[in-house]
Amino acid sequence: MSTDRVGASPNRVGGVGRVTGAQRYAADIKLADALQVKLVCLPVARGRIVSIDSSAALAVPGVRFVMTAADLPQPVPRFGPQFTDRPVMAVGETKYHGEPVAAVAAETKDAAEEGARLVRVDYEALRPIVTLADALAPGADLVQDASIRPRDPLAGTNVLREHRFGWGDVDATPADLVVENSYTFPIVTHFAIEPHVFMAAPDGDGIAVWSSIQHPYWLQRILAGVLDLPLSRVRVFAPDPGGGFGGKQHAKYEPLVAFLALLTGRPCRLVLSLEQTFQAVRRTCTEVHVRTGLMSDGTLAFVDVKADYNIGAYADIADRVVGKGSYPAAGPYRVPAVRIVSRSVLSHTTPATAMRGFGNPQVNWAVESNLDEGARALGIDRRDIRLRNVARTGDTLNPVDTRCDGEWDQAVRRAAEMIGWDTPAPPGHGRGIALGFKSGPTTGLSQSTVRLLSDGSALVYAGTSDMGQGARTVWAQIVATELGVPLERITTVSGDTAVVPYDQQTSASRSTVLMGNAVLRACQDVQAKVRAMAARLHGVPEEQITVERGIVRLPDREVAIVDVVKPGLGRMAGEIVGNGMARKDAEPDHPLQGSAAFFEFNCTAVEATVDEETGDITLHKYATVSDVGKAINPLQVRMQDEGAAIQGLGHTLMEHYIYDDEGRIRNLGAIDYRIPTSMDLPLELHSDVIENADGPGPYGAKGMSEGALISAAAAVAGAVRDATGIVIRDLPLSPERVWRALQERSAR
Amino acid sequence: MSAMAELFPIELTVNGRRRSLEVAVHHSLLDVLRDDLELTGTKECCLVGECGACTVAMNGQIVDSCLVLAVEADGAEITTVEGLAAGGRLSPLQQAFLDTGAVQCGFCTPGQLVAAADLLARNPRPSVPEIEEGLAGNLCRCGCYVQITEAVLAAAREADR
Repeated sequence: MSTDRVGASPNRVGGVGRVTGAQRYAADIKLADALQVKLVCLPVARGRIVSIDSSAALAVPGVRFVMTAADLPQPVPRFGPQFTDRPVMAVGETKYHGEPVAAVAAETKDAAEEGARLVRVDYEALRPIVTLADALAPGADLVQDASIRPRDPLAGTNVLREHRFGWGDVDATPADLVVENSYTFPIVTHFAIEPHVFMAAPDGDGIAVWSSIQHPYWLQRILAGVLDLPLSRVRVFAPDPGGGFGGKQHAKYEPLVAFLALLTGRPCRLVLSLEQTFQAVRRTCTEVHVRTGLMSDGTLAFVDVKADYNIGAYADIADRVVGKGSYPAAGPYRVPAVRIVSRSVLSHTTPATAMRGFGNPQVNWAVESNLDEGARALGIDRRDIRLRNVARTGDTLNPVDTRCDGEWDQAVRRAAEMIGWDTPAPPGHGRGIALGFKSGPTTGLSQSTVRLLSDGSALVYAGTSDMGQGARTVWAQIVATELGVPLERITTVSGDTAVVPYDQQTSASRSTVLMGNAVLRACQDVQAKVRAMAARLHGVPEEQITVERGIVRLPDREVAIVDVVKPGLGRMAGEIVGNGMARKDAEPDHPLQGSAAFFEFNCTAVEATVDEETGDITLHKYATVSDVGKAINPLQVRMQDEGAAIQGLGHTLMEHYIYDDEGRIRNLGAIDYRIPTSMDLPLELHSDVIENADGPGPYGAKGMSEGALISAAAAVAGAVRDATGIVIRDLPLSPERVWRALQERSAR
Repeated sequence: MSAMAELFPIELTVNGRRRSLEVAVHHSLLDVLRDDLELTGTKECCLVGECGACTVAMNGQIVDSCLVLAVEADGAEITTVEGLAAGGRLSPLQQAFLDTGAVQCGFCTPGQLVAAADLLARNPRPSVPEIEEGLAGNLCRCGCYVQITEAVLAAAREADR
């Protein structure tokens, strides 16, 4: 098999730039004559702005402009991917610690920083709502003024939306055993190593914006709306992000920087610090109450879930996270009756947004852990109870959604086998197993263009953001496979909305399926034109010619595509242009407005010990197995799967925000907020894939990259329970928390 | 600090090239590499010496360039990621990073490479625990740690051949 093609693992496209330092991330781009921007915020989460005095800041040499909400169109424009609730800058009252009240633009970073320190803001500190309990207390202050929630029956509360899903009648369904518990999931943050970067410059009659964004085309629409410009006058440059994990999906301070550029007439550049990035993006934290009904043989009778998600001050995409994350709460199982009630709750904290797993890890942690407790109570092996209930291909899950689309039991058996589930564990060792499950994209639209040039080289245009998942490599492999062009003669183009066709978004593990199909169809469009060209060139009817996998089959021989294209294009050169599109339309009557394009499925199995003296958990064996349909690039699949597992160990073992009474994050930044390092790994970490070519993407591929993160926490907690007997229902399983639980156990 | 900061002349040898420049006394080596010399391969992330994205070698020792004042580096020899590929050819370590899948988004990669090259210079045949400990100061949120370790082992084997 060629090392270029689908199923092989050629080096990452763009890899050389990444190992030589030549890769240009957003902060590496210098705009001539740019002003440097620093934000001004209050030292509290919630403060009523009395007055802002910029005079001292404007006296700093080099400071050119201090923008406040008063400089913006009135009323101050608001924006958001789901609700139009976030103002370009704080209006009247700040809603979270870090929300900008002013922005200083200066010739140098130093001048901007000094100016920002000298902007004097008089404010009245108000008591912030930080926790779910605060937000839901009777008579609680409202985080969002009812005026920005018109025609919303919940506008008088801090509940933004309540979602209800399910089927069957939970209350009427008998069960031999009901297990009922509450679980919490902390606030964690994306911690992409590349902090967020926003730049804007006047561009003719419009605006050009550079951002470390995952969804450049969505950003383009947001900016066009806020600035009242046609889409054709808003050009978004989206250099490959240095990690996104969902935190870079949606607009944050791009509108602010765009207004600065238009008001100053100059390019403006804002680079957030890591601390500011912590204040700008985070995952929803969640309290989940689960009732699991089981028959004595381990068959699931019902699943009953209530989940409250703290989403912060503005919705961003977090209410969609709540809906889509709680919807599959019953898991990959056949369950006769399911009831899910989830709420997105506002608070004076950083607006939550998408983060790898999209609301599913929070609920999965609870539901999978609760299933373990049921298995123990019934004396059933925890793998076997999952095998008993997990859906088989074609089985109904949710009656209104896509049926089971994989051989999921294969992944369960494989992961268990990889840690030696059927052999006795060494003394002191415990084992855990959990299934990760997630609905894939519910809607989607991706368009691609492939240009086969006169020398047989090719350009592929695909608007997916390559933030580490390796999208460019996948497109190049598809083109290499379909058109027979060697990888070193293929160039991938993305990151410029003025040049590259539309892509709805880079999220939900969609790109290999949706954009992959668009690229494949663009290649097929090229193939059809090559076929017509071959017919003309060789005087053969088109019906007698086939074109596939780089080869043109004529009645009497086969030739390479390039050997048709070169003579076919002739002395005037030119090129063959193919277009492709993949779309998944919304279904208005569906509870999520669209059924799953595919499901992500993962099984994680773990063997662990716990240090009784320190509470420290050692993961001896860690196996993650995902159902991927087809691994187009097996090495990249492994990297995504194992990387997701390690990221999942972050919220499982160590990560969480700690807030003070003023609504400030106390452990702000890399010193006090720890993420996994090379010293925090399982002693053995192995991944494997299930490939049955049963996905909707090219060559049978499915989306993958989130599943291994979703199941991490329940698998590890299960192993801790198995090793020690302690049950912890709050994450992270930090040494302190584990140690305290061990002390309580000993005291009993 | 004042916006009209005092400037101080320094000389650096960066990736073998001598550079004379005037720097603000409060600017870090990272600031000067990225902003004054436009060597943007070295990355800025935490600015408190925890993430390792800004790792460079200074007089044969790796440092977090965010924690070194540029004036402290006066007269120093600096190697950044841009200096690792000799004569335009990837070093065995750089190639190993690509071959083992040690690079996803790539943002931490420059710091990882400089730190790993230093590790191999001091310990040409490191064990897995030695690599994990040696690179513990370089965060990778994509979670490529296993593959980074494989890359360092592969580069060590390559050097042994």
